[in-house]
Amino acid sequence: MNTDQYIEVFLDESREHLQAINDNLLKLEKQPTEIDIVQDIFRSAHTLKGMSATMGFEDIASLTHQMENVLDKIRHNELAVSTAVIDITFSAVEALEEMVSAISEGNDGKKDVTSLVSQLKQVEAGTYVEQGSEEVSPTINAPVESLDLDEYQATVINQAKGNGFHAYQIKVELTEDCVLKGPRAYMVFDKLESEGEVIKTVPEVEDIEEGSFDQSFSILFLTQESKDSIKETIKKVSEIQNVVVSDFSFEKKAPEKPANTTESAKETKATTQEKPKQSKTIRVNIERIDSLMNLFEEVIIDRSRLEDLSLKYKDQELTETVENLTRVTEDMQGLMLAMRMVPIEQVFNRFPRMVRDLSKDLHKKISLEIIGSETELDRTVIDEIGDPLVHLIRNSLDHGIESPEKRIQAGKEEEGKIVLQAYHSGNNVYIDIEDDGAGINREKVEKKAIENGLISEDHSKQLTDEEVYHLIFASGFSTADQISDISGRGVGLDVVKNKIESLGGSIIVTSNPGNGSKFSIQLPLTLSILSTLLVKVQHETFAVPLSSIIETVALEDKDIKYVHGQKVMDFRGHIVPLVSLNKVYGVTEEDVASNSAVIIQKGDKRTGLLVDSFIGQREVVLKTLGNYLKNVFAISGATILGNGQVCLIVDPNALVK
Amino acid sequence: MEETVKIIVFTLNGQRYGADVKQVMSIEKMKEITKVPGTSEFIKGIMTLHGETVPVIDLKERLEIDQTEPSDLNRIVVVKVDNIQVGLIVDAATDVLDIDSSVIEEAKEMGGMVRKEYIKGVAKLESELLILLELGKVLAMEEAEELKEVAN
Repeated sequence: MNTDQYIEVFLDESREHLQAINDNLLKLEKQPTEIDIVQDIFRSAHTLKGMSATMGFEDIASLTHQMENVLDKIRHNELAVSTAVIDITFSAVEALEEMVSAISEGNDGKKDVTSLVSQLKQVEAGTYVEQGSEEVSPTINAPVESLDLDEYQATVINQAKGNGFHAYQIKVELTEDCVLKGPRAYMVFDKLESEGEVIKTVPEVEDIEEGSFDQSFSILFLTQESKDSIKETIKKVSEIQNVVVSDFSFEKKAPEKPANTTESAKETKATTQEKPKQSKTIRVNIERIDSLMNLFEEVIIDRSRLEDLSLKYKDQELTETVENLTRVTEDMQGLMLAMRMVPIEQVFNRFPRMVRDLSKDLHKKISLEIIGSETELDRTVIDEIGDPLVHLIRNSLDHGIESPEKRIQAGKEEEGKIVLQAYHSGNNVYIDIEDDGAGINREKVEKKAIENGLISEDHSKQLTDEEVYHLIFASGFSTADQISDISGRGVGLDVVKNKIESLGGSIIVTSNPGNGSKFSIQLPLTLSILSTLLVKVQHETFAVPLSSIIETVALEDKDIKYVHGQKVMDFRGHIVPLVSLNKVYGVTEEDVASNSAVIIQKGDKRTGLLVDSFIGQREVVLKTLGNYLKNVFAISGATILGNGQVCLIVDPNALVK
Repeated sequence: MEETVKIIVFTLNGQRYGADVKQVMSIEKMKEITKVPGTSEFIKGIMTLHGETVPVIDLKERLEIDQTEPSDLNRIVVVKVDNIQVGLIVDAATDVLDIDSSVIEEAKEMGGMVRKEYIKGVAKLESELLILLELGKVLAMEEAEELKEVAN
C-alpha cells in the first residue's frame, strides 16, 4: 500500500498521541490509582499501535503493543503503578518519540526496541526490578493474572470446591532461552492432567501449544492435591523458570468495584464538562496560510490605494464602498491572524516531563506549575520560543533551585517550585519563569564577570543589582561552580537573550537573594503585522514600531542641549540623548535641523529620534529585506505603503544606547 | 541533436550579456526604488514586486564597469539564484536567444572588461561575442566584500 500521502497525518497524530501519553503518565504518577488516566493512555497507545502497523512501522507497533499489554494490566487492577513502571513506560515513550521524529526526517523509523520490549514484558509479568532502584514496588498486588470466567466455568469451580477440590491459579514462566515454548507448555499440561482438571488458560490452549505467548502463561486448575505438590509436578518439566501457585477466588475484586464506579462517574462528569470546548478542526499546512497571508497583503495594499483614490475623487458611492471594504478586510485580517495563533500549550506541554526527568538526574525535588497555557501566540513565535524556554527552565533547575538538604537548612520546604506563567497584555505576550531557589548571588556574578573581563572592578561597584543580574546574559558567563550536562557551559543565556531579541522581544531578570529569581520575557503577539508611526525624514518615510514609542514631542531649538557634544533633551526631568535619523541613515549629506522627536524606550533606557514630521499611525505588514541584504544597521525590515512605495522600518533596539 | 540553452540578452555599455532564462524571474520597467542606508554603493535600494520587496543593484557598478545613468530605457532584470531574489539594473533587455551549448567557450580573462570570476562562458555567435554571466558569483555578498577590501 502506498502510504506516502498519509505520512504527514500519521506524524501529526502520532505526536499528539505521544504528547497525550506523556501528559497522562505524569498525572498518573501523581494519582496512581486513577484508572481513567490509564484508560486514556491505553487508548492513545492503542491508536498509535494501529496507525503505525498500517503505515508499516513495525518497531513502533511492537513497542506500543507491549506498552498496551502493561497498561491493560494496570487498568484491570492486576498491576500497580509504581515509579519503576512509570519510568520504563516513559523510556518507551521516549523511544517512540525518537522513532517518530526519525520518520519525519525521512528515515525509516527503525530502532532496536528489543530491550525495551523485554523490560516491558518483565513489568507485565510483575518481575521487573529496576536496577539500583530502592523503590522496588511492594504494591504489585497479584503476581498472577486474573482470569475472567464465564458462567459455566464459574459453576464448575463452585461445584468442585464443594466436592473437596482446590481451585488454583498457576502461573508458569519459562526460561528466557527456552526455544520450544509450545512443546514445553504441552508437557506441563500433560503432567497436570494426571493430577486434576484444567478449566481455563490464558492465553487460549491452542495459542499456548503453538508457543504464541511471551515467557509465561496462566492456568486455572482444579485438583485435590496441595499447592506444593502441584508446583513440584510442574517443576519436573525442564526449562521452567518459575511457577507460582495461588488460591483462586472470584470475590477478589468485588468490593473494589463500587468505589471505582463512583469515582469514574465523577470523572465522566468532569470530562463531559470539558468536552464542549472541543470543536471541529481541520489541519492546514502552515505554508498555505502563509501564502493566503501574502495574497491578503496585496489586497491590503490595493485597499490603501483605493482609500487614496476615494479621497481624491470625493465620490459618495466610491467612498462608501471603500469604507465597507476597509471594515471587511479588517475583520478578515483579524481572522487570518487568529488562524496563525496557537496556544502556547504546544511549547509548555513538554516541560512537566523535562522537569521530572531533570530533577531526578539532579537529585532535587522540584514541582512545576504552569499557568496560562491557553495563551495564544503567533505560530512563528511559538516555533522559535521553545529552545530559549528550555534553556531558562534548565537554568532554574540547575542553578536556581537548591538541593533538598540546602533547602531544609535554609528553612524552606524540601520541594522546590518553578512557576511558568504566560499571559497577554496589550500587544504583547509575557512569559515568566519564577523559581523559589537561592536567587542570584550578586557577589558571585560580579566576581565571575570581573574574572571573565566583562566589567572592571571599579565599574562593578557602580552597578545596580538589576544591572549586575543582567550580566548573566553576557556571552561566556556561567555561575555554576561545576559544569554539568544540564547547563553551565557558559553558552546559554546569551543565546537566549539574542533569540528573544531577534523575535522583537526582551528579557529581564529580577532576583530576591534567598527567595528565588524570576525571568520575564516579553514577546510581540505576531511578527507579521506591526503597529507603527510613520515619520518623514527629508524626502524619505520611515516606520517606527509603536511598541517601543513612549511619546512624540515637538522641540524648539532651545530645548536641544549639548552634553560632551552630544545632543540631549530634557524629558520629564530625565536627560535623554537625541539621535538624528537623517544622520543615522544618511538621507541627506548636510545636517538639517529637525525639530520633532520620537521618544523610544528599550528596557529602562530612552532615546529621542529626531525627525522632520509625523505622518501618522499605520498598521503595516512586515517584510524582510530578503537574504541579499543582511544585517543592515538599525533597519528591521520594510513595508509597502498604500501608494506602492517601499518604506523602511526602524529598529529601535539598535538606536537606544 | 545539439543541446540548446535559452538565454536572456541585455546590454551594458553597448556590450551584450546573457543570463540563463531559468534564473530570470521577470523583466521590469524602472520603478521607484527606496534607498537602504548603510549598504554597499552598488545596492540601489529596494522596490516592490507582487507584494514582496526586492533589493535592486546596479549591475554595472557591481561588475565594476562604470555606473548606470538613469533613463527610461533602463530595465530591471529580476533574477533568483539560490533562493536570493535580486533586481539587476541594465541598460536594456533586448531579446531571448536559443544558443547551442557547443558554441559556448570557457571564460578567459578579458582585458578591460568584466572579471573572469563573474563569467560563466562566452558564446561565439556569428556576428558577436555574448558574455554569459555567472549570476551566483555576481550575487555573492562575500565576494563583493572581498573585492572591496582588495580594492582598498
